[in-house]
Amino acid sequence: MPAAEVIRRHSLATRILHWINALCVFLVLMSGLQIFNAEPVLYWGQYGASPDRMLFAIGKHGFPHWATIPGWQALAAGRRWHFFFAWVLVINSTLYLLISASSGHVRRDLLPNRSEVAPSHLLRDIRNHLRLRFPTGEAARRYNVLQKLAYTGVIFVLAPVILATGVAMSPGLDSAFPWLVSLVGGRQSARTIHFTAAMLVALFIAVHLLMVVLAGPWNEIRSMITGRYAVPGGKTGT
Amino acid sequence: MTRQIWTRRQMLLRGSAAFGGLILAGCDRLSLSPKFQHLLGSAEHLNYRAQRLLIGQSLAREFREADISPVFRSNGTRDPNNEVYNRLRVGGFEDWRLTVGGLVARPLELSLAELRALPARTQITRHDCVEGWSAIGKWTGAALGTVLDMAQLGADARFVVLYCFDQLERGDGGYYESIDLVDAFHPQTLLAYALNDHPLPVANGAPLRLRVERQLGYKQAKYLTRIEAVARLDGIRGGKGGYWEDRGYEWYAGI
Repeated sequence: MPAAEVIRRHSLATRILHWINALCVFLVLMSGLQIFNAEPVLYWGQYGASPDRMLFAIGKHGFPHWATIPGWQALAAGRRWHFFFAWVLVINSTLYLLISASSGHVRRDLLPNRSEVAPSHLLRDIRNHLRLRFPTGEAARRYNVLQKLAYTGVIFVLAPVILATGVAMSPGLDSAFPWLVSLVGGRQSARTIHFTAAMLVALFIAVHLLMVVLAGPWNEIRSMITGRYAVPGGKTGT
Repeated sequence: MTRQIWTRRQMLLRGSAAFGGLILAGCDRLSLSPKFQHLLGSAEHLNYRAQRLLIGQSLAREFREADISPVFRSNGTRDPNNEVYNRLRVGGFEDWRLTVGGLVARPLELSLAELRALPARTQITRHDCVEGWSAIGKWTGAALGTVLDMAQLGADARFVVLYCFDQLERGDGGYYESIDLVDAFHPQTLLAYALNDHPLPVANGAPLRLRVERQLGYKQAKYLTRIEAVARLDGIRGGKGGYWEDRGYEWYAGI
């Protein structure tokens, strides 16, 4: 087997911001579950409290403590973790967007092109993923279309939705931006959407980690630390 | 070859699991560290400054009658049930007085009838509990600003502290809250004596409670007995400006 070709996969900015983001997302998700556990019920509309009709409840006491920060019932501390790292996340993500937009990373690497989103192409990629056949050779130099859709979905859909619904839950900010609350149909709807979008991010992380393991964790993790990535050899689909 | 890859993979997986466990244990330790919690608490100042800058004197949204919650949930103390309060309650709060003091030129003692005689404001607003739920109710009361103007606030006053009849724990000195003057003079900040066109029920803070509409529920102090204008909060009780603030919650509860 010939030595694999090694390319520079991720820019320094992407690598640094990725790991800061990874830490922040993990902390806001788990402190978010802590906050959720104070009222482990979701509602829809402008108002919603225990006498009202609920949409959904997670168990009797919400999520288990191993999934929350801190690892015991502590709403005040959970809020401190959440808001602190939410600020870091917003600042870090803004930097990422500014750098990635100006460097061409968004256009070149993240946005799928027209041929990639053709149904036949999409179906082929889904089939290959289900068979755990990952791109090799020339195709492995770029993100595949499912990867692109997952990344752009998180960056350009879920992240803005989470930020907007987070802001919409603030009684202070609501007074200045009442349209934001109206847009999502009320504060309790905002809470439910915030929670659902966060769960989708958690799902993304689970799949992302699974893919890293399946695609070769050593090479994948190294590429996000040193930037160096060994292009898997052979033809696509072998 | 295969064996080597799997060993590496297992090593990575076990390593990641151990790393994750370490981070979680670390977070729990940091949750108990006062220094680290103080660092995390710095986000409150950022929230406060950002919100004051963005929202100015904007009004909280007011709703229609049709939007009112069928039942306005009560939380915290639902009945102070102590000797002083029970005596006043039996008398229909006729003998109850709101004391206004501290850094004011004219200390006041106002009866419920006197408060009701002041210009009244009615607003249908949303109450957001820190726990996550919301309820919409119709509040009627006198503007806190009107009462502070009557008492002639001193130039050095920076906060308004509100003291209550209720105790959540034995010997805690009673519930209390505080707000800055921006919120104290906000047109929607009320000393409310009615909920949904009825005298304030005991569960919701009879005879008088605060409404400070752009903050969370724990700021809306119930069962008011005394208001004090002060220059600083650090000498009062736990020093953080409120019952829940002394127990780790943010003083600025705008989010």
